[in-house]
Amino acid sequence: MIEVQGLTKRYGEKTAVDGLTFGIEPGMVTGFLGPNGAGKTTTMRCILGLDYPDAGTITVDGRDYHDLGYPMREVGALLDAKAVHGGRSAYNHLLCLAQTNNLPKRRVGEVLELVGLSEVAKKRSKGFSLGMSQRLGIAATLLGDPKVLMFDEPVNGLDPEGILWIRNLMKTLAAEGRTVFVSSHLMSEMESTADHLIVIGRGKLIADCSMSEFIARSSGTAVRVRTPMAEDLIKGVTAEGATTATDDDGVIEVRGMTAEAVGDIAFEQAIRLHELTTVHASLEEAFMELTASSVEYHAAVPGPATSSESGA
Amino acid sequence: MATTTTLLPSLPPPTGRAGLRGAITSEFTKIRSVRSTYWSLAALLVVSIGIGAAITGGSAANFSHNPGNKAGFDATMISLVAFFEIGQLIIAVIAALAITSEYSTGMIRTSLTAQPRRGRVYAAKAIVITTLTLIVSLVTSFIAFFVGQALLSSSGVSASLFHSVTIPQNANVTCPQQGAGGGGPPPGCKVAFSGTDVISPTTVLFAIIGCALFVTLVAIIAFGIGAMVRHTAGAIAIAIAALFIIPVVEQALPNEWRWDIMRFLPDAANQVVSVTIGNNAPAHLWSAWPQLGVTALWAAALLAAGAYLFRKRDA
Repeated sequence: MIEVQGLTKRYGEKTAVDGLTFGIEPGMVTGFLGPNGAGKTTTMRCILGLDYPDAGTITVDGRDYHDLGYPMREVGALLDAKAVHGGRSAYNHLLCLAQTNNLPKRRVGEVLELVGLSEVAKKRSKGFSLGMSQRLGIAATLLGDPKVLMFDEPVNGLDPEGILWIRNLMKTLAAEGRTVFVSSHLMSEMESTADHLIVIGRGKLIADCSMSEFIARSSGTAVRVRTPMAEDLIKGVTAEGATTATDDDGVIEVRGMTAEAVGDIAFEQAIRLHELTTVHASLEEAFMELTASSVEYHAAVPGPATSSESGA
Repeated sequence: MATTTTLLPSLPPPTGRAGLRGAITSEFTKIRSVRSTYWSLAALLVVSIGIGAAITGGSAANFSHNPGNKAGFDATMISLVAFFEIGQLIIAVIAALAITSEYSTGMIRTSLTAQPRRGRVYAAKAIVITTLTLIVSLVTSFIAFFVGQALLSSSGVSASLFHSVTIPQNANVTCPQQGAGGGGPPPGCKVAFSGTDVISPTTVLFAIIGCALFVTLVAIIAFGIGAMVRHTAGAIAIAIAALFIIPVVEQALPNEWRWDIMRFLPDAANQVVSVTIGNNAPAHLWSAWPQLGVTALWAAALLAAGAYLFRKRDA
């Protein structure tokens, strides 16, 4: 659906995106991960034709974004919820967008209803909370019934209810067969939504793999265990090849083993457990680890990851 | 997991392409759906008609003290001066805002995502703002004219759109004693008028429409500058510099240069378009049409430069 080939974008001296190549498949949520400043927003801006790449090509459904017949019918994108004229009502904001793509007027009412903004449709958007602005932005993406949806950091600053709403919406949209491409700098956020991951750092591709594969490969994943029989447990898991570390409070961190495996060992050896939790490293930690050992990691990940390394 | 969404009805498959027509409809929705448009238009009417009325009313009152001022009095120009000197600034603000507000709010990214063919977006904006300012300018110009002439009606030198008006060319004031001081001619002064100017309705009509055209061109200039600098305050500052400050600075140049340069400034036209009495037009400028042509060339150049940058730069 979206094909990015060798994308490079510089702003003055700074290279924001450097030879990035990846593809996004329909029918699933693809997470776009990277620390702040990794080039996620730049990549999305280039896909949407807002910024012109210095090198590389990007196609949406096989065509340049500028050549799409009705762009809103193909792609609905929300890069910045505050990118609206605050003096305009929610209704008129959506109406002026719908008109550019010859979309019927009734559609505006429908999407406002869907995102729950019908009550404030006539209100100027400058008085909207971030959550309401986010909903207005999402309403705009859905106007054209698009095949592809792109969201840049959609849950930033939202309350838990708003986060849950967006997560469910993205899953629903993907289940309808649409392509959902969503960026975040939070690993935890992606875990509960994304099926596939594209991870970038400093403008380069680090990983392009399924979510489960990424988590498994991240050695930052650990199992947190509390037990009154610490010695037995450490002995048991290290015998199976895991490494452990114990902090001052007696909490054991087991690495190189899943929580299931730790639990099984404890059960077999009759070790009483008070806590057994999988702890994922934050993306930042995982990311730093990945870049530190990029050669090793890239060797293990097939496809674009390795090609980008050699092409960069 | 329960979903919080209901599925949207899907749309019929699209035919054709998003084009200029949709873009124009959209730009019209944009401009009519923000309050600043209405505030600015109200300000334009108040300034052009209100200040115009004050100026013409003041002139009418002045005639009773200084009847000699009736000679060569250009009633049309006086009634329009507030519109084309001050009103043009307000129009410039409206036009600049039409594009700079998209950048200050970030709306431009949303707009260009919906319609990435930027030439169409730019053309639609330019068409909508030009049409709007042309209509509003014509209305304002005519109202300012009629209000002004109503206030001057008792003076005998008011202009008309319906019949020719003859006004004195020169006035010779003779007083029996000198030095009575300010406050008008002392009693016993005699005013002798000589020569006449005949002002035809066509001349007056052209002045009214010419002023509206001039102000519309100013709007295009401000729009083009707005597209280039993408910043409201910056665009307005540059427009003011081009229309007000450069002409003043230019006055400081040696005579042999400044007359030649003045013709080529964008604002020079406003010194001739509103003038209905041939003798009153500045001699160093061309006549109204060529001077409007100069302004139009500036407008075209800035509009084109804005278009080039609008398409070429990252949004």
